[in-house]
Amino acid sequence: MNKTRQPLFHIVKRGETPWYFGWGVRAISIVLALLCCGLITTLVTGENPFQFFATVIDGSFGSSRKFMVLLQNTAMLLCIALALTPAFKMRFWNIGGEGQALAGALAAAACMILMKDLPNLVVIPCMVVTSLLAGAVWGAVPAFFKAKFGTNETLFTLMMNYVATQIVAYFSVVWENPKGSGSIGVINPISKIGWFPDLFGSKYALNIIIVVLVTVGMFIYLNYTKHGYEISVVGESERTARYIGIKVEKIVIRTMLISGAICGLAGLLLVGGTNHTLNSAIVDGRGFTAVMVSWLAKFNPIWMVLTSFLLVFLQRGAGEIATDFGLNASFGDILTGVILFFIIGGEFFITYKLILTKSSKKEEK
Amino acid sequence: METKVATVKMRDITKTFGSVIANDKVWLDIYKGEILALLGENGSGKTTLMNMLSGIYYPDEGDIFINDQKVVIRSPKDAFDHGIGMIHQHFKLVDVLTAAENITLGLDGKLDLKAAAKKIRQICDSYGFEVDPNQKVYDMSVSQKQTVEIVKVLFRGADILILDEPTAVLTPQETDKLFAVLRNMRNDGKAIVIITHKMHEVEDLSDRVAILRHGQFVGDMPTKDTNAQEMTNMMVGHAVTLNIARPEPVNPRPRIEVKDLTVRSIDGILKLQDVSFTAMSGEILGIAGISGSGQKELLEAIAGLQPVEKGSVSYIEDDGTRDELLGKDPLDIAEKGITLSFVPEDRLGMGLVGGMDLSDNMMLRSFRKGRSVFTDRKSPATLARRVVKELEVKTPGIETPVRKLSGGNVQKVLVGREIASAPTVLLTAYAVRGLDINSSHTIYDLINQQKQKGVAVIYVGEDLDVLLELCDRILVLCAGKVSGIVPGRGAKKRDVGMMMTRLGGNANE
Amino acid sequence: MFEAILSFLPRAIAQGIPLLYGSTGEIVTQKSGNMNLGIPGVMYVGGICGVIGAFLYEQSLPSPDAINSFLAVLIPTLFCLLGSLLMGLLFCFLTVTLRANQNVTGLAMTTFGVGFGNFFGGSLVKLSGADMPFLALSATSNCFKVTLPFADKLGVFGDLVFGYSFLVYLAIAIALIASFLINRTRTGLHLRAVGENPNTADAAGINVNLYKYLATCIGCMIAGLGGLYYVMDYAGGIWANNAFGDRGWLAIALVIFTIWRPNVGVLASFLFGGLYILHMYIPSGMNLAVKELYKMLPYVVTIIVLIISSLRNQRDKQPPQSLGLPYFREDR
Repeated sequence: MNKTRQPLFHIVKRGETPWYFGWGVRAISIVLALLCCGLITTLVTGENPFQFFATVIDGSFGSSRKFMVLLQNTAMLLCIALALTPAFKMRFWNIGGEGQALAGALAAAACMILMKDLPNLVVIPCMVVTSLLAGAVWGAVPAFFKAKFGTNETLFTLMMNYVATQIVAYFSVVWENPKGSGSIGVINPISKIGWFPDLFGSKYALNIIIVVLVTVGMFIYLNYTKHGYEISVVGESERTARYIGIKVEKIVIRTMLISGAICGLAGLLLVGGTNHTLNSAIVDGRGFTAVMVSWLAKFNPIWMVLTSFLLVFLQRGAGEIATDFGLNASFGDILTGVILFFIIGGEFFITYKLILTKSSKKEEK
Repeated sequence: METKVATVKMRDITKTFGSVIANDKVWLDIYKGEILALLGENGSGKTTLMNMLSGIYYPDEGDIFINDQKVVIRSPKDAFDHGIGMIHQHFKLVDVLTAAENITLGLDGKLDLKAAAKKIRQICDSYGFEVDPNQKVYDMSVSQKQTVEIVKVLFRGADILILDEPTAVLTPQETDKLFAVLRNMRNDGKAIVIITHKMHEVEDLSDRVAILRHGQFVGDMPTKDTNAQEMTNMMVGHAVTLNIARPEPVNPRPRIEVKDLTVRSIDGILKLQDVSFTAMSGEILGIAGISGSGQKELLEAIAGLQPVEKGSVSYIEDDGTRDELLGKDPLDIAEKGITLSFVPEDRLGMGLVGGMDLSDNMMLRSFRKGRSVFTDRKSPATLARRVVKELEVKTPGIETPVRKLSGGNVQKVLVGREIASAPTVLLTAYAVRGLDINSSHTIYDLINQQKQKGVAVIYVGEDLDVLLELCDRILVLCAGKVSGIVPGRGAKKRDVGMMMTRLGGNANE
Repeated sequence: MFEAILSFLPRAIAQGIPLLYGSTGEIVTQKSGNMNLGIPGVMYVGGICGVIGAFLYEQSLPSPDAINSFLAVLIPTLFCLLGSLLMGLLFCFLTVTLRANQNVTGLAMTTFGVGFGNFFGGSLVKLSGADMPFLALSATSNCFKVTLPFADKLGVFGDLVFGYSFLVYLAIAIALIASFLINRTRTGLHLRAVGENPNTADAAGINVNLYKYLATCIGCMIAGLGGLYYVMDYAGGIWANNAFGDRGWLAIALVIFTIWRPNVGVLASFLFGGLYILHMYIPSGMNLAVKELYKMLPYVVTIIVLIISSLRNQRDKQPPQSLGLPYFREDR
């Protein structure tokens, strides 16, 4: 019976589309997602949806402090997303940003704790070197095995996150302060050894400036350097890369050293710049969120500024809603999830279009 | 007598991929008890058309009738239900499963591999195939895999069989066997469609021939009423002569000397065994052989892309100094100052990067130049413009990703880049595969120009006629061994063909 | 020593069961070529949906004694299955129908699922008016924890083998059935073909998208049961936010560890459960910190297995070939 049924529509790839088409679709996705979030909030809280938007905006721009926190969180997320991007462009699924950043954070904290009697002039450079190195090593280990034996990097980097988490947990106990608390309190609260200097009266300013520099640097690195070109070739086609004499193994390891090092930088900024402490939750899932930031921006560092800002903005806003309406702080994660689902789904309409099957009545004479 | 009823009618079938029209209002009738040869150049839409019949693609427009019933084929499952089975050019087999598992894949009912194995043996016995039902596909040779494919369709008792270039990977003996089977099936009243572009197969096997050109249906006729020349004319649209120029070699000197080259694949299969020859400057050395006889490994070994078990490949300069190429990768070879150009078989997967534009693809060879950490984008762009102009590449601009270009234009970009570096050695693999006649001639001309500049050209080809007209000498490979080297001038197609299937040709006959 | 082992084994098994559910679910999913990194989220959702069901049921009762143990088990289980099914449908809709990137979708689902669990968990805690930061559903939990009546009559051995609640045996049964289905039946053959080479499966007339949908949804439902088991049985009906922890990722680790074999998963999950709690059994009192290092054992072991299996490079011991890749028939 159903053999003569025509499918209602079928899916075809779009031909050329103008550049603004894709961004238009994405904008529509985001608007729809926001409406959906408003609706959910209304359902949960009973507030009118306009209140939702007002609160979200208040959560991010309500005060200069809130705004600086917004920028700081954006910068941290962006930093890890930038770190992951060269790996992704190489089609190396580094979802170990969390672990690489933790490794960097651990190294920085170790310097602060172990060299607490030395001057900042010695300690801070040591922190920079060791945390970049730690992140790089954490990234290069899976890269080495991927390059040499083709070990699945998605799963490897994922597992490395938890190894890092447990190592940090271990040192959290070793360095616990005060004794018996099981956690490291603020490190060097009085001497402020290893604390990055405030700029313009804010402890966030330095971090933000560094991440802006990394953004520009990464944009140039990926688009205008020989390394960036090699990464693109390896990502697009490994066989082509070998054919023109690119040593793929070398590029994979080198790129992951860079990727890991920048993750390590994020860990450094978190410990030295803002938190001045260490615990296994310090990266706060950014290693995973950053995967989405980078992917949503189509691996373009400049667009990543926008996507990371959008996600942090929503998280902060949702957090504000949670406190205002006495909801659980996890509300933000739900809204983030919803937004991501919309944007992820929206990508489909950029690449494909649905064609309604034309009526076949004309057949009957 | 004339009561033949079309079992399949395709009407006004149109299919587009993005901006490319693959099929444009095609009409086709397929009759029972008949072998139809679907003829056309590569890219003329034959496979696309048949894929719509077998449910791989869905037509944008048009209707399909089977036994005068209008049908909708949305999936291969629907196609099977209508008795349509297709043997694809690229095997549709799951490597980690056994032959029996692959053959019964997609069927309904309880999984009984023993019963299936029995039925498979029956089929094999009646047609003279050999399949071990419990062998894993990843352990099989190419022709074994194809046998599994054919058994798979027979197992389902298909009435309408479509074979997409089935002989491309077969030896002549295997081809004869296959054709005998197909004739048996025709006599059983089955409808058979064979997609091919080999004229002699059409004449040998088919009852009727239908011709496509640029996605359009040109016409069909009984095979006995036509001839190769007429069919070729219909295929390409105008009368062609295959006259390829062959200038005399210029001052030939040994350039590449290959000695006792032995290559094993990762799986341990011997791909090349004790291959020795010398390629001269200023001449074209053709490499003939059934596909998969070691051509790819040979070229890649010379280009520094293939690990080698033993042997040597020496590059000989004009003054007689020798450089060993084995053990070097492409970068090392280039650093030695040897400009070795290689036009690989897989253009978009190896020679070019499909997602990058023309200019960035030109950069593949040259991006390392200079000490700066930044890439120089100006000279590749200039080169891209020059190639587009000189080789008449049809492209919207040099910022177009090469993936969007047609096959012939992709090849022009690749060859253009490879000869731009003024090579002393040019390796080409299936340089004209999938190209129309005009583009093919452009490529032959370019290769001849290189030859006259004193380049040592190694040309791996599949069309014997072309090899015989273009090359100065032809090396024939047979299962990884050198079957013989014959001069291109005066060689007999039949002899070369025999050498491809048997070491030394008909010497011991 | 013997005593220690006797107390260790049941606890290792109890720890292993959520992982077994999660890994069986993920293996079924991955066999179809879908890499669902949303499993940790799905397990949270499964757990919280069970809690919501139990909460609603307990609230509707006049008194805790009026509880009907059949309904008390059925309602949370149905809620759990429904919740995880919806997560599976969401993943499939995005990755199969809309062909989105599986890694990104999975991670988004984990964010969403964990948030969903903690949000509703937190809200229910508030609704129940408890002054502790967790929700106790001990009445329902007792119904889940019913064990075979003759178990304690058979001595230590009986305790070790028969002393568990039905969700434990269900987990083992599901794993063994999944293993049988995948390796010995036509459905399993088709599923493997879809995960290995969807083009081929499609050409053979297998409905690739249907298989992907079914495998992923069923996989999510199995994984969701792991969340349910954790709250209702292991944790004694107590929901506390984030208590489930990283077990979802550990379940994914287990998938690799077993090289995509659910039957091996049964013992391997006990091993992982044992590794997870090993730190409680090492001579304590000396260094608390070392315990944290012991907790990373399961991950390290997984990494080693991952490396070894890539070193050996055996064709039948690899991930499904099209794992993580979207399928579009008309791609070319």
